[in-house]
Amino acid sequence: MSRKHTSVETRYMEEREQTLRGLEGLSRRGFLKVSAAAAAGAATLVGGMSRHSFLPVRIAGAQPGDKGFRFAYISDSHLYEEKVNDRFVRGLLRAVDDVNRMDPQPDFVLYGGDLAQLGQASELQLGQQILKTLKAPLKMMVGEHDWFLDLGDKWRELFGPELYSFDHKGVHFVTLMSVVEKDFWTERKLTPMERMKTVAGLDNGAQRSFEVGEAGRKWLADDLAKVPKSTPLVVFSHSPLYKLYKKWNFWTDDAEPVQALLKPFQRVTVIHGHTHQILTNRIGNIHFHGMLSTAWPWPYAPEGLPELTIQMDRPDPFNPSDGCGDGSFDVHPDGLVDSIYRLWNRNPVSVKASYVATGKTDRPPTNSRRGY
Amino acid sequence: MRTRLLFACVCAMTFACNQKERAEKREPAPGSAPAAGGATEVKLCDNHTTVALTELPKDRGGGQAVADQLMAQWRQQHPDQEWETAVRRSWTIKPPADNASVIAGGQREGQTYGRYTQLDVTTWARESERAAMEGARVFHDGDELGSTIAVSCDMCHPDAANTHPETYPKFQVQMGRVALLRDMINWCLEHPVRAKPMAADDPRMRAMEAYILAQRAGTALAYGKH
Repeated sequence: MSRKHTSVETRYMEEREQTLRGLEGLSRRGFLKVSAAAAAGAATLVGGMSRHSFLPVRIAGAQPGDKGFRFAYISDSHLYEEKVNDRFVRGLLRAVDDVNRMDPQPDFVLYGGDLAQLGQASELQLGQQILKTLKAPLKMMVGEHDWFLDLGDKWRELFGPELYSFDHKGVHFVTLMSVVEKDFWTERKLTPMERMKTVAGLDNGAQRSFEVGEAGRKWLADDLAKVPKSTPLVVFSHSPLYKLYKKWNFWTDDAEPVQALLKPFQRVTVIHGHTHQILTNRIGNIHFHGMLSTAWPWPYAPEGLPELTIQMDRPDPFNPSDGCGDGSFDVHPDGLVDSIYRLWNRNPVSVKASYVATGKTDRPPTNSRRGY
Repeated sequence: MRTRLLFACVCAMTFACNQKERAEKREPAPGSAPAAGGATEVKLCDNHTTVALTELPKDRGGGQAVADQLMAQWRQQHPDQEWETAVRRSWTIKPPADNASVIAGGQREGQTYGRYTQLDVTTWARESERAAMEGARVFHDGDELGSTIAVSCDMCHPDAANTHPETYPKFQVQMGRVALLRDMINWCLEHPVRAKPMAADDPRMRAMEAYILAQRAGTALAYGKH
């Protein structure tokens, strides 16, 4: 439909969306400027623009600086086939809509792993079909739910190799496969589905810890050998690349040797799925950001939570999809990364690189209704 | 109700050991009958599982072999009987309170209520824990919960986290009344799990309450807390 036929309501909603998105990346100082601009705009309204229009508050600076860029993410959709469970499918569709409405479009979209719930071909294919409707290019990462039915056969067939890297606007991106588990199934004679269901239980102790593994670390070392140490580095891994809480595999068993490979780089950001919550950490110069899920939020681990993490309010069980969402990352020209959590039923939360680096500046708002 | 593996095992072993004595006294043993062709049929205490012997065991080792044979057969016919082992392997159940102190002071004279033995204490712990274990099994099993969308409780509440059973009863404005833990469980069953609500005395509901409360052992009660 051409623009001139867009209804007043649609136009209003589009502008509102655009403005709210713009506000996500804004500091208090920036907000004051915007407010001033809005007042000025309102005072100088010209014909054709509604008095209720959001346009006067279109914001400069909502995008990272001149050479910076933004990429979006969707993660942890845990799809069953639609006839089994339509709710999780709706979650992913909603996230795809969110990302497709971003204006300007992100440079690419990261899928953070756990596309399927039980790694079945039908689930992965459904996910692939939905993700094909994204306008921006897609970068896939594998999660344990995609993997442990056939140990990655179907996933590789649909999405390609699980370990890969690429360069984008001066930043080196690496995608890892960090959910390798040592064999616990052969001895117990588990069927592939029994193995899958064991891994699919977060609190199921009948499995092993996640790791990048020797082959993965070797691949990473070889890949990074070609990259100058001054190049900003962004690493995607499904599990957090540190040790938070072993019992739920909020954990990577070989985190130390992997971190040792990343440490020589001056600016490193690790972006991970699996934890379904706002999660922030810094170890040395390595910044860590968790991603939200489109299916359900996890509670915070009972111990080991990084000091930098400002917990999101505990999800409201009476509010469907509360605590879920998607988000994006702003990569600054210097290679540092801000994480924007777009929670579906709440205000968006920005966790900026300046906060992660200092623990003080740009501190996100503290919440009062924590899980307990 | 599940037959108990341990009980069956002890039965079979006791039976096998007694067999020798009875064979010597030439008494027909309960549960054994002369089968056709001179063989003796030995039954497990479930009264179904049998093994035919042409020769009765002469010593303890022989008796044990017969018991093992019966148990192997029984295990094969009852694959679910390993459920406790499976639950323990997969899920952490906090241990129930230790009641060793009630027998530490010795037996009290003149009243039956104070006369506990180690068997009492062991039974209390085992049965309490078993209730929680059964709850863990239900909690983690979408089919058992009756979910129509393959969702189970642990998908939002690993290790029953964020269920805070100590805060009930409390007024839930969304329900318009004071909710007990079981009301909240039923709310979750109907909404995120999309299953039918359970009756308050449904064995699955009782088991889940046991598991959820067991996981919060040691937490102070705080009814009404939000």
